[in-house]
Amino acid sequence: MTSFRMPTGGLIDRTQPISFTFDGTAYQGFAGDTLASALLANGVRVMGRSFKYHRPRSVWGAWVDEPNAIMTVSLDGRDLPNCLATTTPLEDGMQARSVNAWPSAQFDIKGGLDLFHRWLAAGFYYKTFIWPDWHLFEPSIRRMAGLGAVSHDVLDGYMSDQIHDRCDVLVVGGGPAGLVAAVAAAQSGQQVVLVDDHPTLGGSGYQYDRIEDMDPQGWVAAQVQALTAAGGRLLRGTTAFGVYDHGLVGLAEAGPFGTAPRLWRMRADRIILASGALDRQITFANNDRPGVMSLFGAAEYLARYGVMAGRDIAVLSNHSFADRVTQRLTDAGARIVPVDPVTDTPRVIGVKTLKAIDTGTRTHPVDTVLVSGGVTPLVHLWRHAGGKLDWCDQRQAFVPGAAPKGMVAVGAANGTFDLEPALEEARGVGAAETTTRPSCSIKLTRLVPKLGTTARQWIDLQHDVTLKDIEMAARENYVSVEHLKRYTTLGMASDQGKTSNMAGLAAMAAVQDVALPEVGTTTFRPPFVPIPLETYHGRISGELRNPVKRLPLEARHRAADAALCEYGGWLRPGWYGSGDPKQHIQAEAKMARETAGILDGSPLGKIEVMGPDAEAFLNFVYYNTIRTMKPGQIRYGFMLTEGGIVYDDGVVSRVGQNRFIVSCSSSHVDGVRAHLEAWRQDGNDPDRIFVHDLTQHWATVTVTGPKARDLVGALGLEVDLSAAAFPHMTFREARFHGHTVRIARVSFSGDLCYEMSIRASQAERLWDAVVAAGQAVGAAPIGIEAMSILRAEKGYIIIGKDTDGETMPHDLGVSAPRDRKTAAYIGDRSLQSETAQEACRKTLVGLAVAEGDAPLVTGAHAITTGGSPRSVGYVTSSYFSPFLGHPVAMGLIEGGAARIGETIEVWHDGERRTATLCAPCFYDPDGGRLHAG
Amino acid sequence: MQIFTCPFCGPRDEREFHFVAEQGKVRPDTTQSVSDADWAAYLHTQRNEKGRVREVWMHTTCDEVFVMERHSVSMEVLATTALRKEST
Repeated sequence: MTSFRMPTGGLIDRTQPISFTFDGTAYQGFAGDTLASALLANGVRVMGRSFKYHRPRSVWGAWVDEPNAIMTVSLDGRDLPNCLATTTPLEDGMQARSVNAWPSAQFDIKGGLDLFHRWLAAGFYYKTFIWPDWHLFEPSIRRMAGLGAVSHDVLDGYMSDQIHDRCDVLVVGGGPAGLVAAVAAAQSGQQVVLVDDHPTLGGSGYQYDRIEDMDPQGWVAAQVQALTAAGGRLLRGTTAFGVYDHGLVGLAEAGPFGTAPRLWRMRADRIILASGALDRQITFANNDRPGVMSLFGAAEYLARYGVMAGRDIAVLSNHSFADRVTQRLTDAGARIVPVDPVTDTPRVIGVKTLKAIDTGTRTHPVDTVLVSGGVTPLVHLWRHAGGKLDWCDQRQAFVPGAAPKGMVAVGAANGTFDLEPALEEARGVGAAETTTRPSCSIKLTRLVPKLGTTARQWIDLQHDVTLKDIEMAARENYVSVEHLKRYTTLGMASDQGKTSNMAGLAAMAAVQDVALPEVGTTTFRPPFVPIPLETYHGRISGELRNPVKRLPLEARHRAADAALCEYGGWLRPGWYGSGDPKQHIQAEAKMARETAGILDGSPLGKIEVMGPDAEAFLNFVYYNTIRTMKPGQIRYGFMLTEGGIVYDDGVVSRVGQNRFIVSCSSSHVDGVRAHLEAWRQDGNDPDRIFVHDLTQHWATVTVTGPKARDLVGALGLEVDLSAAAFPHMTFREARFHGHTVRIARVSFSGDLCYEMSIRASQAERLWDAVVAAGQAVGAAPIGIEAMSILRAEKGYIIIGKDTDGETMPHDLGVSAPRDRKTAAYIGDRSLQSETAQEACRKTLVGLAVAEGDAPLVTGAHAITTGGSPRSVGYVTSSYFSPFLGHPVAMGLIEGGAARIGETIEVWHDGERRTATLCAPCFYDPDGGRLHAG
Repeated sequence: MQIFTCPFCGPRDEREFHFVAEQGKVRPDTTQSVSDADWAAYLHTQRNEKGRVREVWMHTTCDEVFVMERHSVSMEVLATTALRKEST
């Protein structure tokens, strides 16, 4: 193996050797190398196999434009798939493996696939695998194609930081133009951030002998010094990958190998795009062979890494800027053979090792072919931001046209390819002067791909798209550039067509015999380079994304061995005690019916609605009439959407003439508050209504059961609890150790029940007193699961469980307001619609099963009998009732309320059962226990 | 991500806001007879214009509801105005 490393030159540190392996073979590079530069220096050419045909491939470029050299890299037990060898900094002990090749890129057993290319052209699987079913073939095709495999191991600590930041001027690109633009901007007093995706600033500057009479390294250092001195900030190894709405720029800052890039959400008043330019591919026969490289890529390998691309080099170029690179390669000792891609018909000879280039008239023995078909400004971010592109005939390239708001392009990104004019332009733009694009010295001959040849000429190296595929797409009328892209998958690989798009457009222009700009361009979408999903995700997940609401009594529940689970956003006890939850839940539900249960009802909504218009407002917001309520009264009601659908249920307490408390469902508080606020402010006089959510400020301790009166009576609240003095659906205010406690006689269990609310700071005191008093009557805390059984026994619904997105109030048996309420209310007109009146609406019913049968499964469907059964509803709630000794269930069944007594079939998971429709109330139907007189 | 300006709190991230409705829709007087067509139009018909639009938004962190004028193509926010009448 011969070394292609130069004895001097480049930014690498020759005193720091680095050992690594590629496909199992050990190699050595230097600090400052990338995987690709180190492999090239070791004379390794074949770095991977192509996506579809498994053709041997080497590097094309030297940085993010690289389509071929994709590797799985391991370091210190961390495995990362799909690393671009050209952008992965070399580290000691790295193990790189080629992808889509086995056992190695050099000897890939699927290499023979290339022989069948005739049958594998664009769209081959659409046409070939139609019959009998694509899905039969898909798994094996997917196994054959594709890139790296994701490891099943989760990378520990693979987590992105996310930072929000702003600046006056964001300069994208740390090449010569970007550097001077940043310096000029900073020196004019603006806050500047300069981002560059290389670990080392300077861009293509190292390809020059001198920059402004300095050696490039010294010049770059001087710019960096000037920038920092003027207060500018630098982000190295950071890619600006997308421009989003309102000037947001996504920056991904690379960390050590195997860590997730850090995301910066940067907002800049002005963005200076100095992202440079890339070589354009030239289509000729076998232009994908290892050893065929981008000319400017080769210049970068020499300038940054001291690596010669080859010794006997053919240069194919159609423009004057190639001469500068050719000269440097000659100076470094290479023998150069110029080949004219315009007049000649070149063909590369050699498979894994490049042997020669045949120009059509003679054969040159060379080991390397360097290609440059023009210079293409990198305008991705320009297009993300909505900037327009103009076609430039002189440059044969799209250059920035009408600018998006707050963005300006300089240097090669703006088509200013000459160094000095670029520096001048960038300085002017940095200092916020108005500039016009300088003239460019490039001389370029238009290149037209040579059609109709038998040889394969590659356009998209990463997705294996050839000129023939483009010709075929055109024959089949996929001529629109967006159709072409999707039919051939041109430019759709992870390199997003950085090398292939222009070549593809040129090919389509040639096929259709039109000028290139008439073909148009495809849409440029973020991200500019692949970004791990983790970077967008960051630490905001789980509880950080959706924090649970916590009870003031959480410590008490934990001490009582409660199973704390999330219910509607609240962390609350499901049941108490470890071991089998079912036993605890059943025991708690039974106890609550026999003596009493103590429930932490704090999540219950407590939204105060106040003001002179509060009564009329709530009368409008509620389905039920609120106007007729007297102070001290409580009323159960529904809130509907304007579509007439039940949105929430709960009780309203009238505290005074102009003051109400809306106790909406625990899980709906935020939604109801927003709903009330929207109607209050948009449609009412907001100065006459106030909405104040006090849910978190008040804790609620609920006591339910036949012994509830004895228990509450023992608290010494000095309230007459007799049914005559304190009837159902009223509330009283009392004092508990000097603090107001609001006692509401409402019931979600169907038993005598008191809900006692007190300021959150006193919650533990009240809870302790209630639990202590409970011991005397055989009562104890119960969780929300037991309460769910109690309410289902009574036929009380939970919105969203026993109702769905079609349920109207009359479907739940509450039709009086619809028939009698004269005032306007939300959703009123929708209840009169044809749909609302249909007899076959799903209505709430009870579902009884035969004696000894197990409970129905919640969610099981009621079905019609006969040949092809159809769902006519489903089970919404189903439990075994420990007090009643049999299952109870409710469901929404088509026309159910009119079919009480009928037996229906219920289907679940292949099993058919029967159930009898009954009234949705299994416990205390006459209300004797509820009113507890 | 877009930046919306709450008339009360100033410029904030779009994630703090919630769309309420297109501005200018008037609820039919349901104490009078409202035709199916009129009610359906109120419920479902949106102007969904291309260009300058006026919409009602809520800033969910302060609960204030306001009118936002923006451009539905360029996403530019042209103005935000409080619904609340000027305090005197």
